[in-house]
Amino acid sequence: MDRFSWSNGLLEIDETLVIQQRGVRLYDGDDKAKLDLGVALLSTHRLIWRDVKNHECCIAMPLSQIIFFEEQAGGIGKSAKIVVHLHPAPANKEPGPYQHSKYSFIKLSFKEHGQIEFHRRLTEEMTQKRWENTPVSQPIPTGTGPQAGRTRAVGIVGIERKIEERRKETDKNISEAFEDLSKLMVKAKEMVELSRSIANKIKDKQGDITEDETIRFKSYLLSMGIANPVTRETHGSGTHYHMQLAKQLGDMLQAPLEERGGMMALTEVYCLVNRARGMELLSPEDLLNACKMFESLKLPLRLRVFDSGVMVVQLQSHSEEEMIASALDNVSDKGSLTAEEFAKLLGLSVLLSKERLLLAEKMGHLCRDDSVEGLRFYPNLF
Amino acid sequence: MRRGVGAGAIAKKKLAEMSKQLETFKSNLEEFASKHKQEIRKSSQFRVQFQEMCATIGVDPLASGKGFWSEMLGVGDFYYELGVQIIEVCLALKHRNGGLITLDELHQRVLKGRGKYAQDVSQDDLVRAIKKLKVMGNGFGMIPVGGSYLVQSVPAELNMDHTVVLQLAEKKGYVTVSEIKESLKWEKERACHVLDHLLKEGLAWLDSQAAGEAQYWLPALFSELTSRDVTPEEANQMTP
Repeated sequence: MDRFSWSNGLLEIDETLVIQQRGVRLYDGDDKAKLDLGVALLSTHRLIWRDVKNHECCIAMPLSQIIFFEEQAGGIGKSAKIVVHLHPAPANKEPGPYQHSKYSFIKLSFKEHGQIEFHRRLTEEMTQKRWENTPVSQPIPTGTGPQAGRTRAVGIVGIERKIEERRKETDKNISEAFEDLSKLMVKAKEMVELSRSIANKIKDKQGDITEDETIRFKSYLLSMGIANPVTRETHGSGTHYHMQLAKQLGDMLQAPLEERGGMMALTEVYCLVNRARGMELLSPEDLLNACKMFESLKLPLRLRVFDSGVMVVQLQSHSEEEMIASALDNVSDKGSLTAEEFAKLLGLSVLLSKERLLLAEKMGHLCRDDSVEGLRFYPNLF
Repeated sequence: MRRGVGAGAIAKKKLAEMSKQLETFKSNLEEFASKHKQEIRKSSQFRVQFQEMCATIGVDPLASGKGFWSEMLGVGDFYYELGVQIIEVCLALKHRNGGLITLDELHQRVLKGRGKYAQDVSQDDLVRAIKKLKVMGNGFGMIPVGGSYLVQSVPAELNMDHTVVLQLAEKKGYVTVSEIKESLKWEKERACHVLDHLLKEGLAWLDSQAAGEAQYWLPALFSELTSRDVTPEEANQMTP
C-alpha cells in the first residue's frame, strides 16, 4: 500500500476513465488496509481509489507500478479479489496513506462484485500500455528507473516464480477442461449430422413416420439443443415436456391473468413463472413453445402476437370485442386518452394498454392524434 | 433378399441409432460435468469458449431448461435467471429512459440487484442472456454505440437513421439539429423527423431552453455521466 499517493482524483487531459467499480476494499498484502469501502477507478494511466463516504480521501497509483496481477476466487463469506503485484515505490513518489509496507502486493476486494469486468479491462490496459503514448502533464513517477531495477531483483523474482507456477497449474486445469470439452463437441457434432439426415427423411416421406416417432425425435433434439428442422403443423416444436408445461401454465396463470385485466406480456409471464420456480428454470423458448400449445390442448389461454411483435398470454374468456368495447368506453368517457393514462385507469402495464388502444384503432373505433407530446386516442367520429 | 426398404424404415433405423448415441452422450456429459462443472460456474472465459464451440457445431445449450447441457452443467439456470433480472431492471427504468439503456449501466444495476452472495456476471453473460430474451417478442435488441452497446427493451422501431443519431449523441449525451446536419450531412427535415420519432418514443427529452439551439437529450446516455461518483470539482469541470 506504500505505492499509493494522495490524489485529487481528477483525470488529466489525455487520461481516460476505463471502468469504475463500487464496493471495493483495499488490502495491504494480506492485511486489510486502514481504509473503508470505496470506489476503484481504472484509467488509461492510473489505478485510483476513493473513499465512498469521504470524497477527500482519494489515492492513486500509476499503472506502470504493476508487474503482474491475478484473480483470487471468492468463497462462502469471502469476496472475489484481484491480487496486484507491484514494483517498489520510486524515491520521488508523492506521499500517500502508507509510508512503508512489508508487502509488495495489494489486493482489491470486490464486495459488490464486478471483478470479472475490472480484471478484463485491467488486462487490456496493461497490454496496451496507453500511458506510454500519452504522458500526462504532471510527471507521474514510473518506478521503473535504474534504482528500482536493482531492488527489483531481490524479492520480486521469488514471487514471480510462484505466480508462474500457480498460473501454469490453473492453465493446465483449464486446458484439460477444454480438451475434454472438445472431445464432447466432436460427439455432439455427430449427433447434429445424424439428426439432419433423419429430418430430411421425415420431410421426404412424412407418411412413413408415425406421429409418436416424430415426437420422440423432437425430444431428442430438445435434449441436445439442436434446432428443429422439421415443423409439424399439429404440434409445432412441442414435445411431451412442452405439453405438460402448457397444462401447468394453464393452472398457474389463471389468477394472475385475472388480476391483470386478462392479459400479460410474455416477458412478464417469464419472470413470474421463473421467480416462482426458483430452480430448474424455463428457457424463453420453453415458455414460448408451451404457450403455442394452448389452443391445441384446449386450454383456456391463448398466445397472441400483436402487429408490433409484442407477445402476450391472454385468457380466452377475454374476448376481443369486450376489450375493444371497454377501450372505446373509457376513451369516450374521458374525451381522450394516452396509453399511460389508460394504463393507470385499468391497472395494466403501459405496453399492454397501448396495444389495446391500437387494436381499437385498427378496428376503426378510435383515431389518433400523433404529436411530439405523445400519442393520444379519440373516439372515431368519422 | 427383400429390396426396396422404404425411406420410412431407414428413418426408423436412424432414429434408433440416435437414441442409442444419445444415451452414450448423456453419460459422457455426466462425466464431463462431474470433473469440470465448477470451471463453467466460476470461469467467465470458459463460458464464452463453451458457447462458441456449441455455436460452431450447431447446438444451442440454452435452448431449453430440459436440455442435457442445462440439466447437467447447470448453465441454463444461470442464464435464465439473468434474463429475469435483466427484464426487471429494464422495466424499472423504462419510465425514465424510454426503454433504452447502456450495457454498462445495465451491468452495474444487475450486479447490484443480485446481491453480495451471488456469482459475478460478465457483460458477455448479459449479451447472451439478452439474445435468448429476443424470442419472447418484447423488442429486446442491442445497438452498437461508442464501442459498447445500447440495450433496447421496447418494440420501438429504430432504423439505421435513428441508430446513427444515437451514436452521434453518445459522446455528450445530447445532440442538436445543427450537429446532425454537420456530421451526417443530412437535410434539416430528415434530422427533425428522426428526432421527433425519438421524442415520441420517449427515448429523447427536449431542452428547448438551452443556450443557442434546442438540445435533444437521451436519458439512456446521460445517466452514464451522472452515475460516476463525481466530486464537486469534477462536476464543475464536466458539465457543458
